[in-house]
Amino acid sequence: MLERAQVLHVANLARLALDDAELDKMAVELSAVLEHVDTIRQLDLTDVEPTSHAVDLAGVMRADEPVPCLDRDAVLAAAPEPVDGGFGVPSPGPSAE
Amino acid sequence: MSALTELTELTAAEAVAKIRTRELDAGELFEAYRGRAAADDLNAYTWVADAAPDPLPGPDTPLAGLPLAVKDLFCTIGVPSQAGSKILQGYRPPYTATVVANLLEAGSTLLGKTNQDEFAMGSSTENSAFGPVLNPWDRRRVPGGSSGGSAAAVAAGLAPWAIGTDTGGSIRQPAALCGIVGLKPTYGACSRYGMIAFASSLDQAGPLTRDVTDSALLLARMVGHDPRDSTSIAMPEPIRTPTAADLRGIRLGVPEELLGGADEGAGIEPGVRESFEQALKLAEGLGATVDTCRLPHAPHALSAYYLIAPAEASANLARFDGVRYGLRVGGDSDLVTMYGRTRGEGFGAEVKRRIMLGTYALSSGYYDAYYGTALKVRTKIAEDFKAVFSEFDFVVTPTSPWTAFELGSKTDDPLAMYLNDFCTVPMPLAGIPAISIPSGLSDGLPVGFQLAGPAFSENRMLNAAYALERAIGFDAAAARA
Repeated sequence: MLERAQVLHVANLARLALDDAELDKMAVELSAVLEHVDTIRQLDLTDVEPTSHAVDLAGVMRADEPVPCLDRDAVLAAAPEPVDGGFGVPSPGPSAE
Repeated sequence: MSALTELTELTAAEAVAKIRTRELDAGELFEAYRGRAAADDLNAYTWVADAAPDPLPGPDTPLAGLPLAVKDLFCTIGVPSQAGSKILQGYRPPYTATVVANLLEAGSTLLGKTNQDEFAMGSSTENSAFGPVLNPWDRRRVPGGSSGGSAAAVAAGLAPWAIGTDTGGSIRQPAALCGIVGLKPTYGACSRYGMIAFASSLDQAGPLTRDVTDSALLLARMVGHDPRDSTSIAMPEPIRTPTAADLRGIRLGVPEELLGGADEGAGIEPGVRESFEQALKLAEGLGATVDTCRLPHAPHALSAYYLIAPAEASANLARFDGVRYGLRVGGDSDLVTMYGRTRGEGFGAEVKRRIMLGTYALSSGYYDAYYGTALKVRTKIAEDFKAVFSEFDFVVTPTSPWTAFELGSKTDDPLAMYLNDFCTVPMPLAGIPAISIPSGLSDGLPVGFQLAGPAFSENRMLNAAYALERAIGFDAAAARA
């Protein structure tokens, strides 16, 4: 069973602000899933190579040809707070890790 | 039956043929579907076009102007593309996904965007920020997910056909629960450019259609290498219209590990098993041989999947941070607080669960034990399939262990919901294609029959599914009434 402090640590890593009720519920639910998936740790996987991708395509290159990029105004139209032709963000502030 | 209803009773292939011979006008067809989509009471759509494009694609284009329903997570320029999430509410992207662009280029017309589980995470479409989708066979039940809006729209005759995405079963399972055909192509066959990502090593776009012929027709225009997706691969041959009349010489393998799913708690319902076995008998009658096969690691696929997919999602969804698009909460605080509050309020419960699970599985001290182990299991699963395909043409299973379940009946137990994917997760882990076709009804609800083949076996798979579909003779008209 995950402890609440562990859940809070992971939530901070994931940049998710969760309230107390969510943290408690998450501890129970994640523990149940982890208990289920734990069965794979009992398999003998000695000398088995990991597969991160179903298709082995390493080092795919394309021709380096300049193409137009997206229109700045069209992109900024979707931004919550455009500032001077760029994306506005709050100050990094004291809690930045 | 009114003239407009008759129009929407045509399969897509039939409609294309009638438009081509000028018996049917594409604008009239679009309007017939637009009217039905606008009156949608299943919550299948999140956006419906106001009018047909002007001018319409010509009657001699490959898809002849046929309207298309598109899962919300495909970016469509200037049209809401929200991936079922509050964090992207109102987002209108400045570009269009390659798969959609390919279909528009081939003469498709955009009818609407369909509802889905938020960021494709779910098996019931109950995780949408825009409310659940109802199953047209029984409105108290879910349509499956995550492409539940696409599946319900096609089944209910609110679209001639639709596209969706499949990461762990999100095309095949809703197709099964709605009594239609859903195909997940070989990984790489369809470009992922412009598909709002869930788990990039698994996500594949594919068609949801009324029958196998339509599936081939739509898939043929979706596939292709795209320089903007370095993992996309050109199909070794074009997708052809299936014509097989029988299954002579076809060897079907029934994996005992997936059929004995009771050990894993996935317990296949008796009605589903019965429908599956009847389909196998029909396959034998068509000349196929049916035998049991072994996929020893398949029972562990679900565990590997629920580590790998959340791990990839936790990285992919880092982009939703209140800076470039969508929701921002706490903009008057500092940056890190704004990130946390935006994501805390913008994501729904299931998405948060998966981000947390993935972050945990990738975190220092747990990476090897969870994510690393899951990647090794993935290797074994791919090897299992390879061994089976040296003796069999296709692996066959029920698509979902259950028929459509009641709304709300599994939302309190995430693990029970995950078990629904028991028979559909092994294929994307191995990158191989699979199709679900309706095999019949169980207590009035559709049952899906799944065929999975080796990478790039789409043409053979479509042919086998076509022959079987004709023998089964499933009638889905009731869902369109």
